[in-house]
Amino acid sequence: MQTKRTVFHSRILPYFLLAPQLIITLIFFVWPAAQAIRQSFLRQDPFGLKETFVWFANYTRLLDDPDYLNALGATFVFSVGVTLLSMSLSLMFAVAVNRVLRSGRFYTTLLVWPYAVAPAAAGLLWWFMFNPSVGIIPYFLSFLGYEWNHRLHTGDAMVLIIIAAAWKQISYNFLFFVAGLQSVPQSLSEAAAIDGAGPFKRFWTVIFPLLSPTTFFLAVINITYAMFDTFGIVDATTSGGPSQSTNILVYKVYADGFIGLNLGPSAAQSVILMLIVIALTVVQFRWIERKVQY
Amino acid sequence: MVENRPFLTFLTHLILIFGVLTVVFPVYLAFVASTRGATDFMTGIVPLLPGDQLSANYGYLLGSGESTAGAPPFMLMLANSLLMAILIAIGKIAISIISAFAIVYFRFPLRVLAFWVIFMTLMLPVEVRILPTYKVVADLGMLNSYSGLVIPVIASATATFLFRQFFLTVPEEMMEAARVDGAGPMKFFRDILLPLSRTNIAALFIIMFIYGWNQYLWPMLITTEPHYYTVVMGIKRLASVLDGDTQWNLVMAGVILAGLPPVLVIIFMQRLFVKGLVETEK
Repeated sequence: MQTKRTVFHSRILPYFLLAPQLIITLIFFVWPAAQAIRQSFLRQDPFGLKETFVWFANYTRLLDDPDYLNALGATFVFSVGVTLLSMSLSLMFAVAVNRVLRSGRFYTTLLVWPYAVAPAAAGLLWWFMFNPSVGIIPYFLSFLGYEWNHRLHTGDAMVLIIIAAAWKQISYNFLFFVAGLQSVPQSLSEAAAIDGAGPFKRFWTVIFPLLSPTTFFLAVINITYAMFDTFGIVDATTSGGPSQSTNILVYKVYADGFIGLNLGPSAAQSVILMLIVIALTVVQFRWIERKVQY
Repeated sequence: MVENRPFLTFLTHLILIFGVLTVVFPVYLAFVASTRGATDFMTGIVPLLPGDQLSANYGYLLGSGESTAGAPPFMLMLANSLLMAILIAIGKIAISIISAFAIVYFRFPLRVLAFWVIFMTLMLPVEVRILPTYKVVADLGMLNSYSGLVIPVIASATATFLFRQFFLTVPEEMMEAARVDGAGPMKFFRDILLPLSRTNIAALFIIMFIYGWNQYLWPMLITTEPHYYTVVMGIKRLASVLDGDTQWNLVMAGVILAGLPPVLVIIFMQRLFVKGLVETEK
């Protein structure tokens, strides 16, 4: 790993400099993670007096549990929904901003700030918009003959949290798509125009393929976001309901561990989540390595 | 723009206006709701124009809060959030910049191991280790305290990587010249590296401030005394207690109060914010 060609010589100073970061990491990250892994192989008796080593029993029980499989399915639908919705809207806005010259900055300012809104607040904003009795969207939907009720209809609840989560992520995707579009050379677009390709054809055959590194990177980031940073949205709105339809994995691990106090199975869920984050991080960093080689 | 097509330009603006509406409308509606009286929502149709209860609603929330919902005055929660966000941002930057300095400017045993330990924090968000982390904090007696709100979340791999990346681009000659002039490592760090990192520190501060302000799960777990509540978790309390007849005017006023500070930061420091966002993902 890289350092400077010449370095300072000191035997203890670097350890002092690293100490605060390392101590916090070890106490609040590594040690709890190790505890979760250990706990996931143990089972407590009902009184919490004795722990027995049960190998993978917590994991196998989890994978046989219809509630857990349901949470896996909900997480999948939710992450794919958020990623597709948010990325397609952002790409559309980014392409549009890239076309307008003078007013681009103005539109950008108006589009980027939802990044700063807390997930819980974003959830409440849409919870209000979709509220069956006072919300504006159910009011219009009722003209189309649809009775919106996210407290009763499982599909409605899922759509609600997907929209809230995607809304918050638009600004992030937008900024990265704009950066990606600006790095596509204008000359390629002009060459295609001379060959007779219209704007839409140019976009799909020239620009979009050249954006694929950005698109891939954003897809990974969005899936990570949808899986791990949306706890506040679910907690502030549906709390996993109705009938567990929006009980995504991060919410379930909290509900089982903190409210249900099911230590072993909750720890096993934590470990599975850790494996998912590790996989996503590895994919993300491999992509960055490839980008550097260009 | 390659060719001039009026229709396409029109379509472009239409798309952008649609985009801006998508982003702004929910907040506009929330603002309208927050200026209304509680009875305005009984009719079943949400009002679209602001009412006259703005100062009454906000004054009530800021001053006395909603004690029946277990929410202390918003003034207190906003102050807590501000303190927490600033401490988290400063803490993350401070401990990351010195670790990056150690990793780039020194060669010592276990250097690579230290780097990987820091890297691991990326793979362990709070959400995947909730219970054991809570237990550690409880054992250390840090529940219901500002140190409990701040210290467990200030380890930062992203900030360390950002500074490492930046230090690697600082010309070698800087350090050699400083050494020839007799400057030790800490003097070099303070007088040369810190001033050079100013923009990076500012950009990172914005990102970390927003991150800190929007903390939700962690404050919710470790604070049980209203005195330590932060505003983002406070609005949820406001919303959940009276779900039957939610006081939408107050809930939405709470949402606006919780969202305003970080949004203002982004709007007024857009350039630094964009820099911070793009750099931290490298």
